[in-house]
Amino acid sequence: MFDKLALLGFGDGGWGLALLQGAGITIAIALATLPFGLLLGLIVALGKRSENIVLRWLATVYTTVFRGVPELLTLYIIYFGIQIVLQKAWVSLGLPGNFSMPPFVAGMVALGVVLSAFSSEVWVGALNSIQKGQREAAAALGLSKGQAFRLVVFPQLIRVALPGLGNNWMVLLKETSLVSVITLPDIMFITTRANVATKEPFLFFGAAMLIYLFFSLISAWGVGRLEIRANRGFAAFGGATR
Amino acid sequence: MSWCEYPGYLFGSEVFQNYGCRMASGLWVTFELVVISVAIGFVLALGLAIARLYGPRWAKAAINGYTTFFRGTPLLCQLFLVYYGLGQFRLFWQDVGLWWFFREPFYCALLTFTVNTAAYQAEILRGAIQSIPRGQFEGAMALGLHRWSTLRLVIMPQAMILALRPLGNELIVMIKASAIASLVTLFDLMGATRLAFARSFDLTIYLYAALIYLLLVEVIRRVWDRLELRLTRHMALR
Repeated sequence: MFDKLALLGFGDGGWGLALLQGAGITIAIALATLPFGLLLGLIVALGKRSENIVLRWLATVYTTVFRGVPELLTLYIIYFGIQIVLQKAWVSLGLPGNFSMPPFVAGMVALGVVLSAFSSEVWVGALNSIQKGQREAAAALGLSKGQAFRLVVFPQLIRVALPGLGNNWMVLLKETSLVSVITLPDIMFITTRANVATKEPFLFFGAAMLIYLFFSLISAWGVGRLEIRANRGFAAFGGATR
Repeated sequence: MSWCEYPGYLFGSEVFQNYGCRMASGLWVTFELVVISVAIGFVLALGLAIARLYGPRWAKAAINGYTTFFRGTPLLCQLFLVYYGLGQFRLFWQDVGLWWFFREPFYCALLTFTVNTAAYQAEILRGAIQSIPRGQFEGAMALGLHRWSTLRLVIMPQAMILALRPLGNELIVMIKASAIASLVTLFDLMGATRLAFARSFDLTIYLYAALIYLLLVEVIRRVWDRLELRLTRHMALR
């Protein structure tokens, strides 16, 4: 039993280093997706609250589609779809050779689009919680619409949206495991390869589980800390009032 | 022409027509996987949530560990651990006469999904039960109701209404997540679509599959909205 644990080590024939690199890729794609997905989500949320009926309709269709289609399917459509479109563009531009879609970018776009659809719901909820008076007061002070959003609404938004966005992050972290199917060498990809090479699936998938669990626990702790920080000044939420 | 070829015919898509029947039987596999795992998961979750709240300390700790573990790791990883990992102990399963179970990707996916959704549903039910005001327990106690009767007649009916929406979301999450069953050689809707793409290299087949999933999710969402409206019709301000 214990001699098999050496397979997870860093010595000769050990997969320790590869697993560590895989964990790095998992974190990298999750972190790269996060700002893109959240920002897009905020834009979609603003679209949903827009006075323009076409924008509202577009935003609603967007969220309905990307919340309703399985992430795996979205990933395939974006990976192969962009590949085909860009390949055609590549050829029509008369460039030599073939265009190949980097899996990291495809994964980032697919996960980001899904994240934006889910986070837009959180943003809408948070936007609704900001009272109208805040915007009116900002307007009375002579702030432009953009300034009012950036300086008055947004700082208050973060506090309300944080629990929901924290949840989105946890889901995203686990969803990154899907990018292994488009050959991005994340934890799942490395463990699948290790399984093929060593015929020790229980050991390697068990190890992968523990790595993901570790990331999840760290994230839960981190989100908790951020919430405490965002709620400072709100006695009811455990923050100190001065 | 058999009935399952019609949608493809109507859309004028050759691939969709050719693989319509495979996708229809795939849809049935998806349906079986989701309905069975969510139903068994719900029964398990009821027990887990109650034991998590009112059980002995060791049970609380064990259930806490269980939900943290299964909610903190990807479903794909869990599926591979069950299908490939537990399949590794073939001799053991043959000895105890369970090899027929762990040999089949369908049963492995069913087991994984059930265990996974039970963890999520247990947390949903725990939250719902916990948000019932204390006064409800005290009122039931004052009426001389037994602990189990309190739970069954006073607490659960109210908690289930609160849990209805998140449970509906969990059902939708499971429908979408079931697509990964195709990665352990199972021909669910996603699996049938992957096969069609691998043979035809026609990307539009993925779009038709997306449309089917979308339709499925939208129908469930609307039915669930109706259900909620119906079950809460006695409540004011709804």
